[in-house]
Amino acid sequence: MPDLAPLWLTLHLALVTTLLLLVAGTPLAWWLAHTRSRIKPLIEAVTALPLVLPPTVMGFYLLVLLSPNSWVGSFWVTVTGETLTFSFSGLVVASFFYSLPFMVQPLQGAFQAIGSRPLEAAASLRASPLDAFLTVAVPLAGRGFLVASVLTFAHTIGEFGVVLMVGGNIPGETRVIAIDIYEKVETLQYGEAHLLSAGLLIFSFAVLVLVYAVNRRGAGHVR
Amino acid sequence: MSARRLDLEASLSLEAFQLEANLKLTLEGVTALFGPNGSGKSTLLRLIAGLEKAKRASIRYDEALWADSARGIHLPTHRRPVGLVFQDARLFEHLDVAGNLRYADRRSRKNGGAITWDGVIQALDLGQLLNRRVTGLSGGERQRVALGRTILTRPKLLLLDEPLSALDISRKADILPYLGSAPRQFGIPTIFVSHAVDEVVQIADRMIVLAEGRVQAVGSVAEVLERSDLQGFTGRFEAGSLLEAVVTRQDEEFRLTELSFAGQTITMPMVSFLSVGEAVRLRIRARDVALAKGRPQGLSIRNILEGEIAEISVEAGTAFAEVLIDLGGSRLRARITRASVADLDLKVGEQVFALVKSTTFDRRAISRRQ
Repeated sequence: MPDLAPLWLTLHLALVTTLLLLVAGTPLAWWLAHTRSRIKPLIEAVTALPLVLPPTVMGFYLLVLLSPNSWVGSFWVTVTGETLTFSFSGLVVASFFYSLPFMVQPLQGAFQAIGSRPLEAAASLRASPLDAFLTVAVPLAGRGFLVASVLTFAHTIGEFGVVLMVGGNIPGETRVIAIDIYEKVETLQYGEAHLLSAGLLIFSFAVLVLVYAVNRRGAGHVR
Repeated sequence: MSARRLDLEASLSLEAFQLEANLKLTLEGVTALFGPNGSGKSTLLRLIAGLEKAKRASIRYDEALWADSARGIHLPTHRRPVGLVFQDARLFEHLDVAGNLRYADRRSRKNGGAITWDGVIQALDLGQLLNRRVTGLSGGERQRVALGRTILTRPKLLLLDEPLSALDISRKADILPYLGSAPRQFGIPTIFVSHAVDEVVQIADRMIVLAEGRVQAVGSVAEVLERSDLQGFTGRFEAGSLLEAVVTRQDEEFRLTELSFAGQTITMPMVSFLSVGEAVRLRIRARDVALAKGRPQGLSIRNILEGEIAEISVEAGTAFAEVLIDLGGSRLRARITRASVADLDLKVGEQVFALVKSTTFDRRAISRRQ
């Protein structure tokens, strides 16, 4: 029986990251979908950076930013008594940035597809902007929320480079599945490496099939 | 229904388009906002609803100030007591018909008044549709639901933005009566945008003519359609006149409806939805009217109206002339050839007989007066 701790840790990390990104990514995606601001391309580029940067580059800068020597890292130490580097909290912060585009881009697309027409209709029916967002935009973007959440969750599960740079390889704290596979290969436990790798492969494939199936349905939203 | 005042002054430029509007209106019943496509009708409506912001605008409805750019006031749409029915209905597809209606009702129920859920369902025949999905509705049904949903916001001003434009002729005929009667039944002053004279004639009492981004005329429908200086805008559609008449007889044997106005009688093919005593409005196209100096005998034409020539305008460079005939208050427009004017030696002030073939009227030429 292989050690299941890395699996639970990975799921825990992916779940927390997805929830945090839902809360933070939704307003950002909304803003990007509706703004006419001149800095929009700038923000879009920053959001998309994790897609093109080598994970080691992101990991390196996050390591610098989160270390107890930086003001962010030292602030965290003062408040919580533990460091952000080589800890689960640090992994959450790193995953948040690393998976940001996977949440924001599908949501932005979904909001843009809805357009302003249903929102104008809601306003004409006495719904305030927040009311209209919650009762019209969110339900109509249901499919977008599903796709964004699934992609974010899956992408966080598969993350390796950034985790290794920021979190290292501490059992029960930062050793997620991807790191565990690396560890198993390094120590020549090919059997267990196979098991974990095949598990991730099947999981990722199933997620993508789900996403494409949902996208193919075309019409509007999730019922 | 109480009359409301709308004072609006706005100038707005959208890309190549410039709108300059200055309106002081008393709104009562249905007012048509009429003009060709691209004249700025929808933009003006969106401005009133608060969906468009003008660089210079002042909008006051009765005592309430909705916008004043000079003082930086712009009341957002959801806080204006305006109901807007969009051209494309814009029903919420994640809700069924009842859900769409409830969306409006729930947010406005506290405003009370004479408008109730049951009243609206009944007036617009929505009972059968309540459990239907929005995507399965026909164009006419969508607009009926949209109108019901908007009325349930208990608006003090109802704006209809070409709600018929996406519908074919028979669907239009289905929904027009609702558009005409609902605003009156619930006592909501209404502005109805249209570029079709026959729609305006059927449901509006007054009309605003908007063309080239400017208000060209405001007045009663009959008055405005009669003005020859506006024919450039209204006359792209058939020139004609509006007569207000009363139904005096339904002749079942010959299938004719008899109308009376100013002591004269008009017959037309039977319109069975009318009942005796009902007030109606009848539109007669100018080209369907012929003139005679003496009362003609032995003719198949049944409608012979006696009147006095009030105006003759010759259309230079064409074969035609238009003659306005005073029929004791109402005016009838006749389009005849200049040659006939010369041959008959027609002059202003002379007595003439106007001939109108009964068969030129159809169901769409007549509408109820509420």
